[in-house]
Amino acid sequence: MATPTPTQTSQRVRELVEATVRFAGDSGDGMQLAGTQFTNTSALAGNDVATFPDFPAEIRAPRGTKAGVSGFQIHFAARDIFTPGDKVDCLVAMNPAALVTNLPDLVPGGLLIVNRESFDRNNLQKAGLESNPLEDGSLEGYQVFPVDMTTLTRRAVEGTGLSTRDADRCKNFFALGLVYWLYNRPLEPTLHFIETKFASKPAVAEANRRALMAGYNYGETTEAFHSQFRVAKAKLPPGRYRNMMGNQALAWGLMTAAHLSGCKLFYATYPITPASDILHELSRHKNFDVVTIQAEDEIAAVTMALGASYAGCMGVTGSSGPGIALKAEAIGLAVMTELPVVIVDVQRGGPSTGLPTKTEQADLLQVLFGRNGECPLPVLAARSPADCFDAAIDAWRIATRFMVPVILLSDGYIANGSEPWRIPDLEKLPRIEIHHPDKPNNGQVFYPYKRDELLARPWALPGTPGLMHRIGGLEKEDVTGNVSYDPQNHQKMVNLRAQKVANVAKLIGPAQVEGPEQGKVLVLSWGGTYGACATAVKRLQEQGHAVAHCHLRWLNPFPTNLGDVLARYEHVVVPELNMGQLLLLVRGRYLVDAKGINKVQGKPFTVGELVEGIERYL
Amino acid sequence: MSTSNMPLPVLKPNDYASDQEVRWCPGCGDYSILAQMKKTLATLQVPREKVVFVSGIGCSSRFPYYVNTYGIHSIHGRAPAIATAIKVARPDLQVWVITGDGDALSIGGNHFIHAIRRNVDINIILFNNQIYGLTKGQYSPTSPLGKVTKSSPFGSVDNPANAISLAIGCEATFVARSIDVYTSHLQYVLQRAARHRGTSFVEVYQNCNVFNNGAFSYATDRKTKADHVLELEHGKPLIFGKNRDKGIRLNGMEPEVVELGKGITADDLMFHDEKAEEPTLAYLLSRMRYPEFPEPIGVFRDVERPIYDDRVNEQLVQAREKRGPGDLNALFNSGDVWEVSPNE
Repeated sequence: MATPTPTQTSQRVRELVEATVRFAGDSGDGMQLAGTQFTNTSALAGNDVATFPDFPAEIRAPRGTKAGVSGFQIHFAARDIFTPGDKVDCLVAMNPAALVTNLPDLVPGGLLIVNRESFDRNNLQKAGLESNPLEDGSLEGYQVFPVDMTTLTRRAVEGTGLSTRDADRCKNFFALGLVYWLYNRPLEPTLHFIETKFASKPAVAEANRRALMAGYNYGETTEAFHSQFRVAKAKLPPGRYRNMMGNQALAWGLMTAAHLSGCKLFYATYPITPASDILHELSRHKNFDVVTIQAEDEIAAVTMALGASYAGCMGVTGSSGPGIALKAEAIGLAVMTELPVVIVDVQRGGPSTGLPTKTEQADLLQVLFGRNGECPLPVLAARSPADCFDAAIDAWRIATRFMVPVILLSDGYIANGSEPWRIPDLEKLPRIEIHHPDKPNNGQVFYPYKRDELLARPWALPGTPGLMHRIGGLEKEDVTGNVSYDPQNHQKMVNLRAQKVANVAKLIGPAQVEGPEQGKVLVLSWGGTYGACATAVKRLQEQGHAVAHCHLRWLNPFPTNLGDVLARYEHVVVPELNMGQLLLLVRGRYLVDAKGINKVQGKPFTVGELVEGIERYL
Repeated sequence: MSTSNMPLPVLKPNDYASDQEVRWCPGCGDYSILAQMKKTLATLQVPREKVVFVSGIGCSSRFPYYVNTYGIHSIHGRAPAIATAIKVARPDLQVWVITGDGDALSIGGNHFIHAIRRNVDINIILFNNQIYGLTKGQYSPTSPLGKVTKSSPFGSVDNPANAISLAIGCEATFVARSIDVYTSHLQYVLQRAARHRGTSFVEVYQNCNVFNNGAFSYATDRKTKADHVLELEHGKPLIFGKNRDKGIRLNGMEPEVVELGKGITADDLMFHDEKAEEPTLAYLLSRMRYPEFPEPIGVFRDVERPIYDDRVNEQLVQAREKRGPGDLNALFNSGDVWEVSPNE
């Protein structure tokens, strides 16, 4: 099938530096699919992209209700961007509920494309509307384009043999086609996707293809729209790129860490939102010698990871806040037995079941302190979807170098968000050196808790003759590893384990500052708020303010110079999607009068609200 | 190359002893189980470095410290999960789980169930003393109804769990029972467990002489044991009693105790078939409890089924055969990829 290249007939094409589009509809309307397609197409067209999917916890909430609205936002630009955009320039609303819940994010004068036919009495009522906003003048401040998407889609797919019900499911492709026309995007990537995805269902493939084309042609021929837009290619560093979602990047990072260390990846987990996609991705790659186990519960998952590491694998478990709480005791066992395990926490809104599909920097204090006893371990946080790849490699590098469990924090926002990822040169990634002893380390005797210069103990594997030893959760005697209840020994071992984790700071490098080395305000951030913080600081710097930005990759230990850095600014501002967890740490640790910008609404920071929050200290 | 007539070193039971002082209470049934295990390992001549003992928490779970093999004394109830991962990661190792009635059936019930239903090639030895010993004498999930303990001064109101019934309900492929003081029988059962491929589950009646002394005296007392214990033998009729004059007959689906003679012969009795595909009769045997019935010891069930660790590792091999060994560069560059050139 020849794929037509859109010809540009419209004379009215406006150049934009960036634009933000949001598709919103029922959770069964295929909005996530439309959004992903628009993202891939924009990335392939050379834009920098950042995305934010937002979907309900229910798989199929009652149709037409506000609870069931699913959205996907794409920010695409001719420059490099770090967030999915504060406000939406173009909103596609497939029904009244989607309109009502998403309209507040549309910029004044923004483009609003709606499926007019869905604005019937029933749907208006479900959305809590007493009158039809398409008729009552309440949308006057926007450029509204009511389109009869249902009829137009049905007509387009006529003759493909699809039932009306199935035909109506092609509406998302109609809407996508229309937005493609609006932003001058090529159709080929999506046509290719349809061909591959529905290869076994030729009628569905044909219907979706026609719906997409119909949407595109509707824009082309109706002249309803005053102009088209074009967003030029972004100036990204040279290289080969692909679009990456956070959980996929994390999975590939784990596979790459296994490769670099020569260990077999052993991922044991229990399904939980928003971490499950890591399991889905890894379980596809068994030909990479990746073992995935869907364990019977969270505790089994972490203890399996520990057992696998004990046996010589790269033991990894992944979960979200509630699951991490269940794993706490076993993580303590990993600290005590000094085995390398990576625990991934894709954070979501808490407490308890909380907001499963919404983002929050909920668990920093939990992962640092949520265990019995003096139980320190290294903690790092990924800062963006693509960064999850590097963070996973860093986690395993530190875990094996120090013989310690490492917690890797991600969150729902970066796990499901996406951005272009520059494909690394595998040969240039530094190896992760691992040494398993094969002979006794003290004459004829093997001491499992004899330490190296960084205080790591040897990783002796079962099966090795002459090195038989027993480990466990009881306190260990220094060097021999025998069970010991000696008071002085316990003090010594607590100190040794703490010092070992502190030694990680020798390998992670100093805290870096973007902006003036000293001045009025330092913005201190961690994890998935990186993009919004970096963008807000840059905007303020462009306005001439003495604002700097320091982003922490490691939350434990902190970089050794952090205290000095914080002391160089009049104000330290800590934006967090929680009620002030890093804030508590830096205030306690460095005695600085840091101030928080805090939000727990299940949504990422907008750049605007950060700028406003920081301006208070300027 | 010179030839040698020197025999290979033979491991004796004591070669499996670690240098650690054994710290169970004097007179504890655990000593016997430890001794029979060391003899079993010597009989099987398993290289010490190829053996891993994994335990949870409780008196029995100190076991790994006392054997000169690899071992993990882990956290309460989680040993089956740890053992599962070790076996999947390293099929060359012989992996034993040492657990107790509280560890396996209460706090660790979930892992016990799932290790067995997956049929991981590990051996789970449950020391059942019907009491919490390490925490000094509370009732356990196998304590009988009405048991008076520190935490149940008016008697326990919990119905006891039946470990063998539970294991069979989880489709266990090897289920056996023995008693701490039945030394040669225990060795035999442990050997059978070690040789079985798939999850082997062995319940060992173990006397806690401090907090629950004599819980199994009906089965260990010289005078009464022959009448209260029935030793299962594959293909043989269920006969017991000091004079071997009693047997178990099936009346419909109900077992009943009958006396041999008086018109009843061994041919009228139920015959034991540990290889039976259906677990129904094994389950029926597991329901026979003192004092209504003699309690069966020996191998209830020993059947072959696909093994979890085999399946996990076979999938890896099949994926490699089908798609070739994983190539990260190819993966990174698959799908929609675009190039940004330096002059753009």
